[in-house]
Amino acid sequence: MAAVSSRAQRIGHPIAIVAIVVSTLIFLAPIYWIATTAFKPRAVATSVPPTVVFSPEVTPFVKLFTKRVQLKEQPTQEVYDAAPWWEQRLFDNGERVLRVKGEVLPSQYPKRFMNSLIVAGLSTILAVGMGTFTAYGFSRFRIAGQDDLLFFILSTRMLPPIVVAIPMFLMYRTFGMTDTHIGLIILYTAFNLSFAVWLMKGFMDEIPKEYEEAALVDGYTRLQSFFKIVLPEATTGIAATAVFSFIIAWNEYAFALILTNRRAQTAPPFIPSQIGSGVVDWTVIAAGTFLFLLPVAIFTFLLRNHLLRGVTFGAIRK
Amino acid sequence: MAEIKLQDIEKYFGDNYVIRKLNLTIQNKEFVVLLGPSGCGKTTTLRAIAGLEEIDSGDILIDGKPVHELRAGNRDIAFVFQLFALYPHLTAYDNIAFPLRATRESKASVDEKVRAVARALQIEGLLSRRPSALSGGDMQRVAIGRALVRRPKAMLMDEPIGALDAKLREEMRTELKRLHLENDQTTVYVTHDQVEAMSLADRIAIMNEGVLQQVGTPSEVYDNPANLFVAQFVGSPVMNITPANLQSANGGTKVAIGQDGVAFDFPSAIEPQLSAARSDLMLGVRPEGVLLAHNEAAGHVAVEAHIIEPLGAYDIVDLKIGNAFLRARTASGFVDRPGDMVWARIDPAQTHFFNSLSGDAIHVRLDE
Ligand SMILES: Nc1ncnc2c1ncn2[C@@H]1O[C@H](COP(=O)(O)OP(=O)(O)OP(=O)(O)O)[C@@H](O)[C@H]1O
Ligand SMILES: [Mg+2]
Repeated sequence: MAAVSSRAQRIGHPIAIVAIVVSTLIFLAPIYWIATTAFKPRAVATSVPPTVVFSPEVTPFVKLFTKRVQLKEQPTQEVYDAAPWWEQRLFDNGERVLRVKGEVLPSQYPKRFMNSLIVAGLSTILAVGMGTFTAYGFSRFRIAGQDDLLFFILSTRMLPPIVVAIPMFLMYRTFGMTDTHIGLIILYTAFNLSFAVWLMKGFMDEIPKEYEEAALVDGYTRLQSFFKIVLPEATTGIAATAVFSFIIAWNEYAFALILTNRRAQTAPPFIPSQIGSGVVDWTVIAAGTFLFLLPVAIFTFLLRNHLLRGVTFGAIRK
Repeated sequence: MAEIKLQDIEKYFGDNYVIRKLNLTIQNKEFVVLLGPSGCGKTTTLRAIAGLEEIDSGDILIDGKPVHELRAGNRDIAFVFQLFALYPHLTAYDNIAFPLRATRESKASVDEKVRAVARALQIEGLLSRRPSALSGGDMQRVAIGRALVRRPKAMLMDEPIGALDAKLREEMRTELKRLHLENDQTTVYVTHDQVEAMSLADRIAIMNEGVLQQVGTPSEVYDNPANLFVAQFVGSPVMNITPANLQSANGGTKVAIGQDGVAFDFPSAIEPQLSAARSDLMLGVRPEGVLLAHNEAAGHVAVEAHIIEPLGAYDIVDLKIGNAFLRARTASGFVDRPGDMVWARIDPAQTHFFNSLSGDAIHVRLDE
């Protein structure tokens, strides 16, 4: 390709640049808002008009990770000076942490966050893993009723999942799976599996079957050729499918709310539940949401090269 | 080294009867080309030999042993795919080494073999590259290297140079020939390009619609096509084929072609031999068998030159014979311009007759 045209493509048309900048700003605005609110002093968090310049503080995060109560009376100067810096910030806000035998009581947030990681992570691995094998089967072998089966798999996505919430709940209660990690993992895996099968089948179909056949002729078994040839070729598809599955599982709210509470509750239903406890403190919610955004952002960032190629798959390969 | 024997092979894809009772023996060290138009079942036949496709009936024997119980990897056969099928995530080196690594060879021995093959194919400088950074010809060399490296019993190649441009194809053809001469490997080579087939093959097997039409050396197939299909498929420019009528004339025999019946002289010895198919006769003659003269001569017929195609080394002249055309090959510039009258004769020795109903060739002897 001529240097000129690729240069032009890299820099882009002015209108395209404007469009990209504007749409990026629109998409980033809520994230910016959450991120700044997470560091705002409570007093200015909900001020109208919004405060743009403020001195950032980490008090919202301190609140997020601790159990607190309102101060009945101001602490004495000695107590104040003896307290760690982060507790002094709480005193300033008229709160103090709860302690049991001198140990600070942590809030529920770390546990909820871990639950989210476990549930979303494992269900992603399961959905992508099973989806990849299933898609390989559909792509490479003649299966009786193949089209009907694929349609059937897709049909599980044809109505909003929430309409089955009540039967799900009853079923889970019958089997004693409410409020368990495994329950949510199975549910999210089921959500994502049909989507993973379809997405991966598209990617598998793009991998010429001659690659494996070459390996078969060269003395490898089908399983070996799957792992040595097909999987490396499918990394782009696997990455793209994993990111989408992870995002869906990570953000799922409704079923997490219905099916879990003390033990297995994930972050999405937990964060808004904080609104209800006492006076609404938006900075704490913003801090929780901000941290909650990070895993998806990091995961996506790590896989960004694959993802870009994944989205434009057909265009790049001939 | 291996002998491959195909016995009564049949293959269906659903209702599609793709290979129909195919019988073919490929001798040890022989280079056999499977030639035929697109969709005639060449690839399917090759894949069946490799073990990539199951056959519905018949037997495939390699060195006398039936192989249908053996999976592809155990048949000790290498396959070069039409689009090379180089693994994009591996370098040229790793691509070539890939078959050896299936067998847990020592690193040093793998390295030695890969480098030896690379040297033979003159791709030593490219070994660290990924396929995407290779030209078409080099990709093809790597693909052949991958096939050669473990010294298989036989090589199967499916249009290995079909995707290259014309010039490169010619180069690679020569190279393939050299490689075959050096390695003496039993080879089955698939192509739909008859020039490629003629130049490479020890023997050509011509297929059409799943049926084997003729097997023979390039010159046998060219000089004695078994039927109309082979006659038209092999040879460039293509053979003239036209309905023909036998006419007995005083003392000789004439063969009239086209509807208006321009008749050419033939030895009378052919008449009894053709009498059985007298009413369903087709005549075939390659352009070089149509001889032209500027002046009237014995046995020549006056015809009009309709179109002249200059092809460099020679011209192809379309002669208008009644409502039919006959293409003749002449020295370049032999006929000045379209519309000129010339004198034409058909060389009986280069003429083929066919039964138009069955399509089969009718072999005639010209002498008594
Ligand atoms: N996997 C398959 N499933 C169904 N039909 C097939 C399959 N492979 C080939 N066919 C059909 O079998 C016939 C022969 O195909 P094959 O690929 O052997 O032809 P070919 O001679 O190699 O043609 P080409 O020169 O185009 O490669 C074609 O009609 C093709 O459509
Ligand atoms: Mg083919």
